[in-house]
Amino acid sequence: MSSREDILKAISQNKPALVESPAMPVYPDSDQTSVLEQFIQTAELIGSKVIQLKDWQEIILEFENAKANGKFVVNTISEIGTPDVSIDEMSSSVDLEKIDLSFVRGQLGVAENSAIWVDDSNLPNRLLPFICQHLVLVVEAKTLVATMHQAYEKINTFKTGWGAFIAGPSKTADIEQSLVIGAHGARSLVIYILS
Amino acid sequence: MEKFLKPVEHAVAAEKFISDEARTNWHDETLWFVRAKRDKIVHKLPEWESLRELGSQIKNHALSNLDTYLLAFEKNAQANGVKVHWAADAKEHNEIILEIARKNNVKKIVKSKSMLTEECHLNPFLISKGIEVVDTDLGERIVQFRNEPPSHIVLPAIHLKKQDVSDTFHEHLHTEKGNNDPQYLTEAARQHLRNKFIEADLSITGVNFAVAETGGFVVCTNEGNADMGAHAAKIHIACMGFEKIIPKAEHLSVFLRLLTRSATGQPITTYSSHFHRPRKGQEMHIVIVDNGRSKQLGREDFRNSLKCIRCAACFNTCPVYRRSGGHSYHNATAGPIGSILNPNINMRENADLPFASTLCGSCTNVCPVKINIHEQLWKWRQVLTEEGYASSGKTAGMKGMAFVLSYPKVFRFAGKAGRWIIRMFPGLVNNTLNPWYKQREMPVAPKHSFRDWYIKNKKA
Ligand code: SF4
Repeated sequence: MSSREDILKAISQNKPALVESPAMPVYPDSDQTSVLEQFIQTAELIGSKVIQLKDWQEIILEFENAKANGKFVVNTISEIGTPDVSIDEMSSSVDLEKIDLSFVRGQLGVAENSAIWVDDSNLPNRLLPFICQHLVLVVEAKTLVATMHQAYEKINTFKTGWGAFIAGPSKTADIEQSLVIGAHGARSLVIYILS
Repeated sequence: MEKFLKPVEHAVAAEKFISDEARTNWHDETLWFVRAKRDKIVHKLPEWESLRELGSQIKNHALSNLDTYLLAFEKNAQANGVKVHWAADAKEHNEIILEIARKNNVKKIVKSKSMLTEECHLNPFLISKGIEVVDTDLGERIVQFRNEPPSHIVLPAIHLKKQDVSDTFHEHLHTEKGNNDPQYLTEAARQHLRNKFIEADLSITGVNFAVAETGGFVVCTNEGNADMGAHAAKIHIACMGFEKIIPKAEHLSVFLRLLTRSATGQPITTYSSHFHRPRKGQEMHIVIVDNGRSKQLGREDFRNSLKCIRCAACFNTCPVYRRSGGHSYHNATAGPIGSILNPNINMRENADLPFASTLCGSCTNVCPVKINIHEQLWKWRQVLTEEGYASSGKTAGMKGMAFVLSYPKVFRFAGKAGRWIIRMFPGLVNNTLNPWYKQREMPVAPKHSFRDWYIKNKKA
């Protein structure tokens, strides 16, 4: 018998009697104002920078400025400008490693932990939000939800091939528990919230 | 590579660790600080206790239907273009990975934190076959350079001081001698590891949660190393113990809320990545491992331990772990939960571990999935004593204890005698023949027992 059969057989012989799956309680969403406040507070607490905006104009300006300053900037959002086509699924990590800043759209933000959902549909390459030195995520205020429960209700987390909740810049506390921002991934996270 | 070849008894190893008193105190305080952070953040959630209960019930259900869920997971993952492998033990797990590596002519592997691959001793195995394996979690890289195993499942280098890291990096990465600045040292590791990510042909990650309903899995890191590896390499292999399975995607909300709050006191890890299908041109594999887990599932008293989500809250709160250090548990998974899981794999070699506990119950109180950790430790002591694996001193102690505890009169007399001896002849207990006297002063004994006091005061 193969290991697969052995394992499955051992499990079926050794597992306890069937226990019912618990019903998932309904967690009420809070009102939008408190969700927005909590989101910003949590994001700042974990090292993100939050900027509230009325329209795309200021983001476009930021993007143009960064480019004018000679930075290698990658845009993936059509509202900001024509998305960069030089980056795609087959781009090599050696090339991607040179990116200073990338602009990516987030589908939804979670107030309790300031995590923002991003998946394959927002990205030309999965490595992009990790390998760039600095990351900008843009979310719309109306997409913010209170907790992870609402987040999983609103988006299909396994619709595309890959997706992630991103909460803050890359960090580590592995050396004597001292918090250091910028371990392997982006050294900073700026979140634009569009109202 | 690994230093766990010949296990030293926990108490003996711990004695070595606590001989440096300043370091022991520092270790103790650092972990307690993490525990305190956990308390602060969980108290912010009014629904915390109901969330724990929910997590526990979902896991109970998953364990009771595990084979069905594994089959569903396999089917869905395969439909997504992921190759699924099954490994009965550590040896098979390692061989599966070697075969994938050989088939693709892989020379360089990057690995993100996976306690399962530590449990299977994958690194020394692959290195002996001429393949470079680099651990990419900063803490794991530090201990890898030092030729040591991780001492904690979430904070692998928690036993080391800045100075130790600085010396290690000076030797291996040629950083400035004596520069102990964590920012500087992390930057050096960042540069070094970025090169490794870009060069690697294959990336190995662990699995925090695998979802039967979708065939997808979730990996959580703060550093982003799992994603850097998995998205850069041609091949991604995810290794999981079969107990990582949960029924539905919606259940992830419960576990992602519980995990990091319990682990480090953060609201969530920086990156919670949901892997579902390989990217274009990539190969994705999942290795499902048993290695003793199905046996543990059959041990009624201990099967609950398979609900563990590896948050390490029980480590951080444990008074014994905090003062004896992770290496004294001589296994990949240390702490209270390791002391339950490891005797299942090898009773003889791990018979000392269930005794490395005060049974204070603190572990049980913090466990986010409500595992009755301290009760299981107590049960292992009984099993090990019965099977003849406990050391002779402990066997005598356990038998004596069972006798004293089952006869109230004997218990009362023993208490009285003990108090009298401690008061009259403190030298009899305050000596090195008494293991309890090591590293501690014996307390002054009260004249009367609690029972005497209670009887006297009850009437008042
Ligand atoms: S036993 Fe509970 S507290 Fe300990 S690591 Fe596992 S889930 Fe966390």
